[in-house]
Amino acid sequence: MSEGKLNHADKPQFTPPADPASKAYPSAKFDLSVAELQRMAKQLRRHVITMIATAGSGHPGGSLSAADIVTTLYFKIMRHDPNNPHWLDRDRFVLSKGHAAPVLYAALAECGYFPLEELSTLRKLDSRLQGHTDKTLTPGVEMSAGSLGQGLSFGIGVALAGKLNARDYQTYVLLGDGECDEGQIWEAAMAAAHFKIDSLTAIVDHNEIQLDGWNRDIMNLEPLADKWRSFNWHVLDINGHDISQILQAARKAKKIRQKPTVIIAHTIKGKGVSFMENNVDFHGKAPTPEQAERALKELE
Amino acid sequence: MTISTEMSTREAYGKALVELGKEDENIVVLDADLSQSTMTKFFAQEFPRRFFQCGLAEQNMIGIAAGLAASGKTVFASTFAVFAACRCFDQLRMCLSQPRLNVKIAATHGGISVGEDGSSHHSIEDLALYCSLPGFTVVVPADATETVEAVRTAAATEGPFYIRLGRPKTPVVYPEGCRFNLGKAVTLRDGKDATIIANGIMVAKAMEAADRLAPQGIDCQVINMPTLKPLDEEAIIEAASHTGAIVVAEEHLLHGGLGSRVAQVVAREKPVPMNFLGIKDTYAKSGKPEELLHRFGLTAEEIEKAVTAVIAKKSSR
Repeated sequence: MSEGKLNHADKPQFTPPADPASKAYPSAKFDLSVAELQRMAKQLRRHVITMIATAGSGHPGGSLSAADIVTTLYFKIMRHDPNNPHWLDRDRFVLSKGHAAPVLYAALAECGYFPLEELSTLRKLDSRLQGHTDKTLTPGVEMSAGSLGQGLSFGIGVALAGKLNARDYQTYVLLGDGECDEGQIWEAAMAAAHFKIDSLTAIVDHNEIQLDGWNRDIMNLEPLADKWRSFNWHVLDINGHDISQILQAARKAKKIRQKPTVIIAHTIKGKGVSFMENNVDFHGKAPTPEQAERALKELE
Repeated sequence: MTISTEMSTREAYGKALVELGKEDENIVVLDADLSQSTMTKFFAQEFPRRFFQCGLAEQNMIGIAAGLAASGKTVFASTFAVFAACRCFDQLRMCLSQPRLNVKIAATHGGISVGEDGSSHHSIEDLALYCSLPGFTVVVPADATETVEAVRTAAATEGPFYIRLGRPKTPVVYPEGCRFNLGKAVTLRDGKDATIIANGIMVAKAMEAADRLAPQGIDCQVINMPTLKPLDEEAIIEAASHTGAIVVAEEHLLHGGLGSRVAQVVAREKPVPMNFLGIKDTYAKSGKPEELLHRFGLTAEEIEKAVTAVIAKKSSR
């Protein structure tokens, strides 16, 4: 923690407790049962709280809302190999909502892309774990993100290359709902359907809250499913915290032919931590050491 | 490919792409509803499977290009220079520059020689913007011959490129057998009294200016500087030492383009009097290309005056 003290000398310091669960999956097989996936999602949430509290800054809300989706993809759905991050046949996960980097880092570390100990370096000088994802630094990160609205376009390119190269990988793009304010999302939505890319699955983490408040007050998105449908996407509407529903939707999406699929995952911002749930304050604010302790208790 | 004495750089690009496409299956081409003008239509006809029409959505096109490049493709993406620079700058920054992806933005209709379409279509800030992007290589070919070589070099060199091409037919200035070398300037004419450094369509005008100055007893060196980034600093320092006076001519805003970049090197390494020709903090307007170049001071006559003035400064030192 000495580095943390150097960087945030003006802030109260958070000391993470010893974490017995972090050795729960020493050699991940990525074929967990629903119960194991639920436990892993909780584990990722614990990492998210610890990382952001240690860093003293970051975006907990959108990482917590996406934890079940990210867990299900990395520990059940996707074909990937932590020992070979550039494996040509891997399924791709593109995190378009780059501020949810902590939950992705947590998943990658639990999978074995890099040591779990490295998670505590989030946002620190010379860390491989940047505040927003950096493709050039972190093993397993597919795209540099953080300026919103760009991941779906990137995912189209990745998926098109797969078709050209005759590889059967699936490309998953995780979008924020506030991110759907960006015009480029809809440029990409039009293009993906136009190109009939069925190897592309978009997932909207629809937690209904963006930085300045509720979607409906900042920029109304509804009817969101109808928008995607009218752009010629296959639309699946699910509870984004129900692992079985996420599994079912991801499997269904892979089978849909001749059009891309979007999974609108209804989620709760800050999910899993009572005082962060549906609380706009925790979009982009780190918990205090006391809050982090309370959060970790709730996530035991 | 046969190049006549006059050919637009965009046409040379379109034809070079087809040849490259035949040699390398890994090359893919994207366009944003301008393939008839950017000349990527030739590639689209020949290799429809490897051509992606992205419609009028430049931001999305850059993202798609990045995804393709991240998956191992060599990507050429084309639109007009003004849109390639201004409409999707954040996408260039996040998707291409930061991760240094292998995408070649070959943008046509650079500068004011676009003509009648007017200021909305005149790209006069593109080079400043692209040069500001870390990791980008920026090239402005002077003629069709140089374009073909620059395009081939870009395809063979890993990393993001910006190649600025023009709309009008351009005279061939490259002597036979002269080769384009990335990051290297080419001395087209030697002289001892002053150096004119130019790129793009201004190279031919620089040569004309040197011809006009010769009978007046002024012996001008002309350097073609096709690569803005990385800059051939050695050639600049050598020219400053050799002639002691430099004029830079470009079809771009005076700020942030070739002139600014050359001046930075001259100021640091070998301060000598300089003069600059470019667009002066304004937008151009509709008109015939030659009329606009005349109105905005991008002519052989203006280069001639600038050389005379810079030599006077040198002498008064």
